[in-house]
Amino acid sequence: MEAQTLYEKLWSSHVVHQEADGTALIYIDRHLIHEVTSPQAFEGLKLAGRKPWRVSSIVATADHNTPTDHWERGILDPVSRQQVETLDANIREVGALAYFPFRDARQGIVHVIGPENGATLPGMTVVCGDSHTSTHGAFACLAHGMGTSEVEHVLATQCLLQKRSKTMLVRVDGELGRGVSAKDIALAIIGRIGTAGGTGYAIEFGGSAIRALSMEGRMTICNMAIEAGARAGLVAVDQTTIDYLRDKPLAPKGEAWDQAVDYWRTLKTDDGAKFDKTVELDAAQIQPQVTWGTSPEMVETVSGRVPDPAGIGDPVRREGIERALKYMGLAPNTPISEIPVDQVFIGSCTNSRIEDLREAASVAKGRSKAPSVKRVLVVPGSGLVKRQAEAEGLHEVFLAAGFEWREPGCSMCLAMNADRLEPGEHCASTSNRNFEGRQGAGGRTHLVSPAMAAAAAVTGHFIDVRELA
Amino acid sequence: MKPFTELNGRVAPLDRANVDTDAIIPKQFLKSIKRSGFGPNLFDEWRYTDHGEPGQDCANRPKNPDFVLNQPRYEGAQILLTRDNFGCGSSREHAPWALEDYGFRVLIGPSFADIFFNNCFKNGLLPIVLPGPEIDELFQQCEATDGYRLKVDLAAQTITRPDGKTIAFDVDPFRKECLLNGWDDIGLTLRHADKIRAFEEKRRVDHPYYFVA
Repeated sequence: MEAQTLYEKLWSSHVVHQEADGTALIYIDRHLIHEVTSPQAFEGLKLAGRKPWRVSSIVATADHNTPTDHWERGILDPVSRQQVETLDANIREVGALAYFPFRDARQGIVHVIGPENGATLPGMTVVCGDSHTSTHGAFACLAHGMGTSEVEHVLATQCLLQKRSKTMLVRVDGELGRGVSAKDIALAIIGRIGTAGGTGYAIEFGGSAIRALSMEGRMTICNMAIEAGARAGLVAVDQTTIDYLRDKPLAPKGEAWDQAVDYWRTLKTDDGAKFDKTVELDAAQIQPQVTWGTSPEMVETVSGRVPDPAGIGDPVRREGIERALKYMGLAPNTPISEIPVDQVFIGSCTNSRIEDLREAASVAKGRSKAPSVKRVLVVPGSGLVKRQAEAEGLHEVFLAAGFEWREPGCSMCLAMNADRLEPGEHCASTSNRNFEGRQGAGGRTHLVSPAMAAAAAVTGHFIDVRELA
Repeated sequence: MKPFTELNGRVAPLDRANVDTDAIIPKQFLKSIKRSGFGPNLFDEWRYTDHGEPGQDCANRPKNPDFVLNQPRYEGAQILLTRDNFGCGSSREHAPWALEDYGFRVLIGPSFADIFFNNCFKNGLLPIVLPGPEIDELFQQCEATDGYRLKVDLAAQTITRPDGKTIAFDVDPFRKECLLNGWDDIGLTLRHADKIRAFEEKRRVDHPYYFVA
């Protein structure tokens, strides 16, 4: 048989039907649902008199609108509350394999709870009405975001209409330096290929530096594949994948586990398989990254400076940089380390897992929030992450440093709940998007790793975390 | 879905790259559980000088006179001219819903983000990709000519400029047919229900561990 990439294996094992122009019907194994992009889909289904095709494919949670403090008060914003209650009612009516509603012990960000409950398994197709569904590709499953019409389509047919993507290999070889993490790899990749560099591709991340990452680190990288324009990111199955999944609540057990593992071990790119494009990075060269602008590709190393648009020839690019600097309130050539930080956000589907919290805590330990920093929010990705962190005493480290220890949810990654920036505030954020207004109207987001966010919190500005050790 | 066949419409130029779906429709409007009514909040943070919240009457809100859609010459535009990577970021279908509700039926740019591009076709919106130099010329002509219009013919896959030049564009045959006829994807897919069922049964046998109930 011809050598195949991992993407090709996943694709070909899910094609139900193909049109003459290559448009295919792809079977969906796992459908993750949250409150924001599903109400219109459930309504459409009902209006058409249709029923969900396979309820046991559904895993749902409320995450985008839920508050991260004072859970006893419920959801104060009536519009947010209505959306969460609509999800409650829809799931009550149609059912699900698992539902983690607001205040459930296992509630959390949909891309955190899927893997930690074993609802995300290698070889699956995983979809959700959320672009960061690419996260699940860390488990060698074909996972991507979709719109609400497609949520309805999957509910009704258990399939999606898709065209096959091109394939890209991003190979990161070598050893990461001290203080450099998966987030820095992700930002360095986006800095290299740009936010549209992966458009039309599924990106497989490979090389010794990716193999050396934990599942948490791999999820961080696949999560940001969409920020490079690729709907799907992928990492091949290895022992790290299998060890992570063993004994997860929804993962197979006993004989079924052995049978599954035999299959999962085949989920890697064959020797000699061809990618449409290959990009290579040397892990040893990657430095801690900080974004300075309003697109994730506007990124520099912490020792760098904000660019000067005067030197840019292409007018669309130049005006883009000028507009970004104006929005961010930054002068050309400002050293990154001189940008002051008003708030810090440690959380989101990119960086809210236990390993992320450990990294942040290792920097915060024995230090205090800088007086100039108004607030540091630490928002665990799920109830399970929260309890694990508390069992390790991480919350005490954060609280002692003057950080706030919150309940799980999407929180200030997109500021649909009450957690948000004030106009003009600079935020060191472990989230994934630094778009205008993303964390609150007029807010200024700088994307960084958890360790770099904690370092900014205790010094009041960006600083190479290695200088604090 | 509303079919799309042809359109002779006014063009508005949005001359910036990487326009993300957070800019197209900010997050506070995503709390709606409806599909309609997003048009007044399209590009909300750029279009108005105050902060918008859901449920507000936008008619009396202060408008940003510098924002292109607020300029009288682009009033009633149905075609949006864009730059690279339009629609990047969040998968929110509220973005095409807002564009469609505002009155746009066609988007023309050098590249679009994948998920957004796909979402457009589900909502009777036609995104057209043209090479950079064609886009540059359209921007120049549009900005230089009051009331600039283009004629878009989906069946023929052509755009006709006022100076008579015709530009051909590509579109997937399957998407084209669905859009021309206004077909409902779900109805089309369910024609293959037997095939889906057969696939599912085989998968259940080969990989039972994906079918925990």
